[in-house]
Amino acid sequence: MDYVPITPNDRKVMLERIGVDSFEDLLSGIPPAIPRARLKLPAGLSETELLKETERLARSNATVGSHLCFLGAGAYDHLIPSVVRYVAGRGEFLTAYTPYQPEASQGTLQAMYEYQSLLCDLTGMEAANASLYDGASALAEACVLALRLTQRSKLAVSAGLHPEYRQTVETYLKRSAGAVGLIPLRGGATDLEAARGLIDDQTAAVVAQMPNAFGCLEPVEELAQRAHKAGALFIVVVNPISLGLLFPPGAYGADVVVGEGQPLGNELNFGGPYLGLFACREDLLRKIPGRIVGMTQDGHGRRGFVLTLQTREQHIRRSKATSNICTNEAMMALTACVYLAALGKEGFKEAARQNALKAHYAHDRLIRLKGIKPLFSEPFFNEFALSLPEDPELVNRKLLDAGFLGGLPLKRWDPALKTGWLVSVTESRTREEIDHFVETVWKLIR
Amino acid sequence: MTDHLKYTKTHEWLRLEDQQATVGITDHAQKEISDVVYVELPKLGRQVSQGEEAAVVESVKSAFSIYAPVGGAIVQVNEALAKDPAAVNRSPYKEGWIFAIKPSDPSQAAGLMDHPQYESWVKGEKH
Amino acid sequence: MEADPVKVQAPPAAGRHSPGRLLEPLLSDLSESGRKGFQFPKLDVPEVPIERLIPERFLRREDVPLPEVSERDLVKHFLRLAHLNFSVETNFYPLGSCTMKYNPKVNEEIAALAGFSKVHPCTPDPALQGILKLLFDLEELFKEILGMDAVTLQPAAGAHGELTALLIASAYHRARGSHRTKVVVPNSAHGTNPASAALAGLTVVEIESTSRGRVSLSALQRAMDKEAAVFMLTNPNTLGLFEEEVLEIASLVHEKGALMYMDGANLNALLGLFRPGDMGFDMVHVNVHKTFAIPHGSGGPGAGPVGVQAALKPFLPGPIVVREPQGAGVFRYRLASPGSDSIGRVRSFFGNVGALVRAYAYLRALGKEGLRGVSEGAILNANYLKALVRKEFPAAVDEPCLHEFVATAKEWKAKTGVRALDIAKRLLDHGFYAPTIYFPLIVEEALMVEPTETESRQTLEAFAQALAAIAREAEETPHRVQTAPHRMPVSRLDEVAAARSPNVRWRTGASS
Repeated sequence: MDYVPITPNDRKVMLERIGVDSFEDLLSGIPPAIPRARLKLPAGLSETELLKETERLARSNATVGSHLCFLGAGAYDHLIPSVVRYVAGRGEFLTAYTPYQPEASQGTLQAMYEYQSLLCDLTGMEAANASLYDGASALAEACVLALRLTQRSKLAVSAGLHPEYRQTVETYLKRSAGAVGLIPLRGGATDLEAARGLIDDQTAAVVAQMPNAFGCLEPVEELAQRAHKAGALFIVVVNPISLGLLFPPGAYGADVVVGEGQPLGNELNFGGPYLGLFACREDLLRKIPGRIVGMTQDGHGRRGFVLTLQTREQHIRRSKATSNICTNEAMMALTACVYLAALGKEGFKEAARQNALKAHYAHDRLIRLKGIKPLFSEPFFNEFALSLPEDPELVNRKLLDAGFLGGLPLKRWDPALKTGWLVSVTESRTREEIDHFVETVWKLIR
Repeated sequence: MTDHLKYTKTHEWLRLEDQQATVGITDHAQKEISDVVYVELPKLGRQVSQGEEAAVVESVKSAFSIYAPVGGAIVQVNEALAKDPAAVNRSPYKEGWIFAIKPSDPSQAAGLMDHPQYESWVKGEKH
Repeated sequence: MEADPVKVQAPPAAGRHSPGRLLEPLLSDLSESGRKGFQFPKLDVPEVPIERLIPERFLRREDVPLPEVSERDLVKHFLRLAHLNFSVETNFYPLGSCTMKYNPKVNEEIAALAGFSKVHPCTPDPALQGILKLLFDLEELFKEILGMDAVTLQPAAGAHGELTALLIASAYHRARGSHRTKVVVPNSAHGTNPASAALAGLTVVEIESTSRGRVSLSALQRAMDKEAAVFMLTNPNTLGLFEEEVLEIASLVHEKGALMYMDGANLNALLGLFRPGDMGFDMVHVNVHKTFAIPHGSGGPGAGPVGVQAALKPFLPGPIVVREPQGAGVFRYRLASPGSDSIGRVRSFFGNVGALVRAYAYLRALGKEGLRGVSEGAILNANYLKALVRKEFPAAVDEPCLHEFVATAKEWKAKTGVRALDIAKRLLDHGFYAPTIYFPLIVEEALMVEPTETESRQTLEAFAQALAAIAREAEETPHRVQTAPHRMPVSRLDEVAAARSPNVRWRTGASS
């Protein structure tokens, strides 16, 4: 099946008008020395055949529908209101381009303005952009911003940061001057004593994650103070759902807030497309990466929205742009916007509350099983690390057969955490499911 | 009033007074740029060499580098432009000044153009 | 006299709480305390005061001031917004360089299958065999189409692919003990090329183009020195023209020890006809949201896979999909970390898999013949449209083009004062999205038109008629064109005011 409407008659009419005898004449300027493609590809499929084949591939994957999910580690199984999928599936949003012609793009532009506003309300920050690729690359961009802004050369990064985020930052900074220093953990949270020695007058930014990759809450207020005392920025990576309960970053002194926006109504999609959240202090607005929508008026006094501060961007500033980003994750931002509006003030608080209560319920039941111990004692939100009496990979394999997606074996992140198991519980899990999970784990490790 | 100024080929003007040289962009330049929406000012105390980019003047769809006409230390910046970037359009030679330099080598200014020279340079550039 | 075929928009709706004339109130204005658009299941675990679980110093004191809107009002709000947009599904969208082709519905259905959309990225490999096979096979398809030896699917977008490729190139040179820090690009290049080079810590040298819009070999020769790491070239270039000397360019670049990079933004012209690997390119990125029919989503998401030749394979980012034969034609798939030469991770998890699934479906539907038909159709449509508008808007370089062409409005500007921008705005009144304007930078008053292969002859003809009508209008009543659009929900917006004092968010939080 192709999607080309050109009939043999069209072709004839068109070639005539162009003034050539055959299609090949249009390629006559291309030197014969350049070989023609002879592709070894299968023949095309009809829609019916295609569906049959892809459905077969889809069936062999474990999903959060076929298995009860207790897995998080940066991507979370939350409930998604139907209205979110409906709006995000509308072709008027889905098949439009970046709103460079504002008169024909007011729908997208207003929705992005609303998204930016909601993100500011959520984080307590003063400004936000219209999305970056994902949480990890948003953090990398924030680090690039800090290095450029301060003209300093070092980052002090908490070891509680998701390892894939740290690796992404290291990749982005490989060719520029930045050096990444790691602040170790004490217990499950960033060691403030050790931080002292790692933050100095060459530190561009202090980076922490809240809650951190192991689920623990961090001493963010103290870290912000340390950063600011040294003249560095404080960059915090947040789980947006946690902000329904937790103190907003704007109130504890964050200069830049980034995070993974997937939990805000976006599907798990085996890792992407996700949503890079990026919010900041107002005075950084002209320095940040990504598109920004602003409110203005037309000549008749009608309110309207435009892409603004575009001189930061690659299509104007080229090598002096604040980032190279062009295509972003606008549909994921729209999704987050509809999600937050659907939940509303009370619903969002309820989501966060249920995450915390259910995770603590599961935690308390699991640590009462003989042989299972909490890995850390710090407070947590919806994710916690345990130590299992058996190889967590093995336990997970058995859990999979029993219909569960078990926690993340932490040895994937750190070989020293051989028995570590990172469990996440969201509002999607019922008490019955949690009880069933605990009983199954008990059977497997007993 | 623009007669006693010095000019660069990149359309900056320079006013030498005492130990200090004030810098802005010419009327010709502000017209070419059209509506100025933002001016990125240099940091106070920064050392710049002659011809080095010291500031950026932005319109909606473009950004223009402003080069130091002479080398030296930045001793003053026009903070008022943060709230009122339009001053660069309205009054390029007075309210719209951008920064002031304490020249390290005042003789560098001698190599710049005077008003008639600049006028004919602009005419020549248009062809 | 107006003869526009476009219906006048409904009068703007008044906002209840916002003063002034509004198309649609903001969500914050629709909010009414006590309303909700979603209900969570009742809490079924024992209710404990949160302060007993999380110390108070970590807890927020005030609720997040989110709007409170019913589901019905939410749908109305977003549908009214949707109606303010032009999109591929509702309008012809000839935006040059962006390949705004039709996005087949079946691909959306497939991407939404639970077996793809509801898969957690940390699921154990044995429970991922279908998705890993799809990704492995997609890499194979891209390798074949591009003429490359290896592919990474990780990059989230074209610019992300460029950054990835430039980091790979740097790592390659370093591994050979050669310190190269310069990236050479033509002055017709997309802005992402120099921006990606800068982000990769490399310096950028732009070289002149010839009067026929091609790379100047002599300028390239001058720019290629021992510092040069990569030459980035878009082929066909941003004028929609094939770089005929690409083989000579490649041998010059390779002689100097540098790498040839193809910006794949214009790949829609080459499918099944020519392969980057056969033209001397060492690396290429693909924009699946252009060439492979992934919807642009009002700006994203996309995906930007990168293909490389064998010598560059060790430097690809991870994780990588590995296929292991189990005998009897059975394979097992798993995710593996790359080797020590890898540039590392460029993002979290695997990639924009939701977009990649759509690309896979599209490629499988097309097959070999369909692929070729895509590029033939794109080239035919572009040349036909170019011929239709030639009289009023001649191409900047009058030669057969590939998938797009760049016309110039400089005569109109000189004669009537009507600029490319005005023509673009007036096209909106006729119900057509505007071409890309003022790009590439080397063409005055550029109108860059890319019809794509999915538009019918009748659509192209209607568009050409609209352009002809605008040309007549430019002669007779130029002011009408210069103040366009007149029939859109808003007229030209004050971008100067927006940039001077940015208003990028509402302020509900501050007032409550």
